[in-house]
Amino acid sequence: MTYLADVAALARKDLKVELRARDTLPAMVLFVLSTLVIFHFALPADTGEDAAYGLLWVAIVFTALLGLARAWVPEHEHGVLDGLVLAPCDRSAIWLGKTLATLAFLLAAQVVALPAFALFFAPLSATALVAVVLVDIGICAVGSLLAAMAAAGRARELLLPLMLLPLAIPLVVGGVGAAISPEGERYLLLLALYDGVFAVLSWASFEYVVTE
Amino acid sequence: MTASSAIRSLPGLAALAAGLMGLAIVLALLVAPEDADQGVSQRIFYIHVPIALTAYFCFGLGAWKALLLLWRGEERYDLESYVAIHQGTIFGSLTLITGSIWAKASWGHWWLWSEDQLVLFLVLFLFYCAYFMLRFSLEEGPRRARSSAVYALFGVVLIPVSFLAIRLAEGLIHPTVFTREGPQMSSSMFATFCVSWVAVTLLAYVLYRVELVGKRLDADLRELREALR
Repeated sequence: MTYLADVAALARKDLKVELRARDTLPAMVLFVLSTLVIFHFALPADTGEDAAYGLLWVAIVFTALLGLARAWVPEHEHGVLDGLVLAPCDRSAIWLGKTLATLAFLLAAQVVALPAFALFFAPLSATALVAVVLVDIGICAVGSLLAAMAAAGRARELLLPLMLLPLAIPLVVGGVGAAISPEGERYLLLLALYDGVFAVLSWASFEYVVTE
Repeated sequence: MTASSAIRSLPGLAALAAGLMGLAIVLALLVAPEDADQGVSQRIFYIHVPIALTAYFCFGLGAWKALLLLWRGEERYDLESYVAIHQGTIFGSLTLITGSIWAKASWGHWWLWSEDQLVLFLVLFLFYCAYFMLRFSLEEGPRRARSSAVYALFGVVLIPVSFLAIRLAEGLIHPTVFTREGPQMSSSMFATFCVSWVAVTLLAYVLYRVELVGKRLDADLRELREALR
């Protein structure tokens, strides 16, 4: 139980910092809305809905990247990570707390972005909404680990997209498939499998990337 | 085996690898019978497939060494994992190139998104290129070793997951699937393939060892230079 309490405390810390500073979430919302407007002009007028569904996943992945790039910045700037690593809690709790906080930001941004998408382009089915949540979980789980790795490097803003985008390809495949295929459930299974496998892997390996 | 005797065995191994490669090329070009469907272009199969298998093998070896590093914490596994992945990336890019050439000769296109193996390799290639970016961006030390190891482990998990994803997507985006002719090989074709496979694997192993020896010498030299300063 203390493990979950640690996770909750860590996630709450991130949410509180964000509520006070408002660094990340407004940027994510603005970014995803601007991206949708860009897409409107990037798509030729007579392209079908399928193309718009494809671009939705591009917007989601890049918005997540924006949030993840900021995820460890407060820790890095104020040397908080060293303190967290020294704290008497399981290190994977740090990862889980960060994943939950980033997931909360991403979902909050999508509360604005998805209705905007439905308004501008095409309605979203229930399968597509489930896929959005699954993709969010997967990308936040893997992303918060990779962002922690990248935060220690010299070119961290550059590094994270390079590492995350190849890993996000199965997520995009699953998301697009769930949105446009008549048998979307198969793609949901793929997304769930991805989330499970990579969440366990990230959870187990986080300790190695933050300890000296 | 001591380090110096390991180095001494290298020229012999390298000569063996070169000889086998030569034999494989002769067998592939002159001895193996011509494919009835694809003609002469099918002969690239004897080089392309062994290279691809070797690349997978190198990535697997890199991940295995990475796992050993995390498990046992011995420093030498870091370099071994890095060198294996480096070789894997080299053979992976060769796979992409030879695969493209074969695709052009067989199907008339340099690139086919419907070819699972090509797409999978592209994803892997991008993934492992980022491995080098990560490695060169971190300060040298145990943390870099462990971060690289974790990333390398992600790679071997990514292979089956992307393969599944690409397989699923294929039916969606490309309804026409290219059916390759069955793998019914004659025994001389199969023998040629086996010789090439052994040759390429041995070549990769020799390159791996050479690079490892070079990198270790480099590190020793740097240490000596620090000590003399």
